Amino acid sequence: MAKERLSNEINAGSMADIAFLLLIFFLVTTTIDVDKGVLVKLPPWSEEPPETLTLNKRNVFSVLVNADNALLVRGEPAEVGDLRERAREFIRNPENRPDLAEKPEKAIISLRNDRGTKYSTYLEVYNELKAAYRELREDEAQKKYQKSYEFLPRDKKKEINSIIPLVLSEAEPTDFGAE
Amino acid sequence: MSKFNKKRGKSKPAISTASLPDIIFMLLFFFMVVTVMRDSTLKVAVNVPAATELTKLEKKSLVNFLYIGKPQEQYQAQYGTSPRLQLGDKISAIDDIPLFLEEHRAGVPEKQRTGITSSLKVDGDVTMGLVTDIKTELRKANQLKINYSAKVKTE
Repeated sequence: MAKERLSNEINAGSMADIAFLLLIFFLVTTTIDVDKGVLVKLPPWSEEPPETLTLNKRNVFSVLVNADNALLVRGEPAEVGDLRERAREFIRNPENRPDLAEKPEKAIISLRNDRGTKYSTYLEVYNELKAAYRELREDEAQKKYQKSYEFLPRDKKKEINSIIPLVLSEAEPTDFGAE
Repeated sequence: MSKFNKKRGKSKPAISTASLPDIIFMLLFFFMVVTVMRDSTLKVAVNVPAATELTKLEKKSLVNFLYIGKPQEQYQAQYGTSPRLQLGDKISAIDDIPLFLEEHRAGVPEKQRTGITSSLKVDGDVTMGLVTDIKTELRKANQLKINYSAKVKTE
């Protein structure tokens, strides 16, 4: 009896081993990489066909992608690599050319693809157009506040967004190419 | 120099390991918190394309995943080789999207429902036809915030 009373302390020596075991389990199952992607807001669905707006041709930057993943920008064949630069020039129109957008608020980018277009091409094109807008907003932020757009407070971001609104309209895809 | 020698020669103190479990527990808790267990096994092969304009998806509980790609080899006998949609852990038809979204929405507190994002994990080789149909279905179900999942492009 006396012997039992002496050893009334739990041996905590193996605690570290147990903790290690759990630690290794969580180490193995952990996936730190967070999901990243291109954020898009879809237009709400409506049964009625959309109104036909008559737009000034100079304000529309049409991008067509066919089933062979080739691009047609404003009626001429183009490369994905030039898209960002061309879109920027179109929206900004620094030289006030009569065939480019009147002002950034009026610029509309119209994107249309085929049902046979590869998703990777579509995303690449979308990414380039979004990048053009991001760069323009960045330039605007630098010019106005000498600060990067990322670090601006929310109201100033909104202000810049209203100067350069992202208008990217996606038309119903064509159905020429084989899926 | 003699100062140091004296001390070393006198005693050999053992490093106390009593705090070791605490340190390990600290690490353990860190990993427990950051761990996200994969909740669905992929039945379709998805290799997302790379992009530069990426946004992080912050709140995992507000995100539902739609996988689109070719069925993996062991499922090809059952589902064929053309791209399919996977919701949760089963390959589904496009008509199942509203129910899938509703099930996810039911588990989200009402205040946060406007922040629900659908993450589209689409294989780069899938054609836009299927993707467009899914987008239309999402629009009909009033799920307008979507995220095209992509890798970071390294140039």
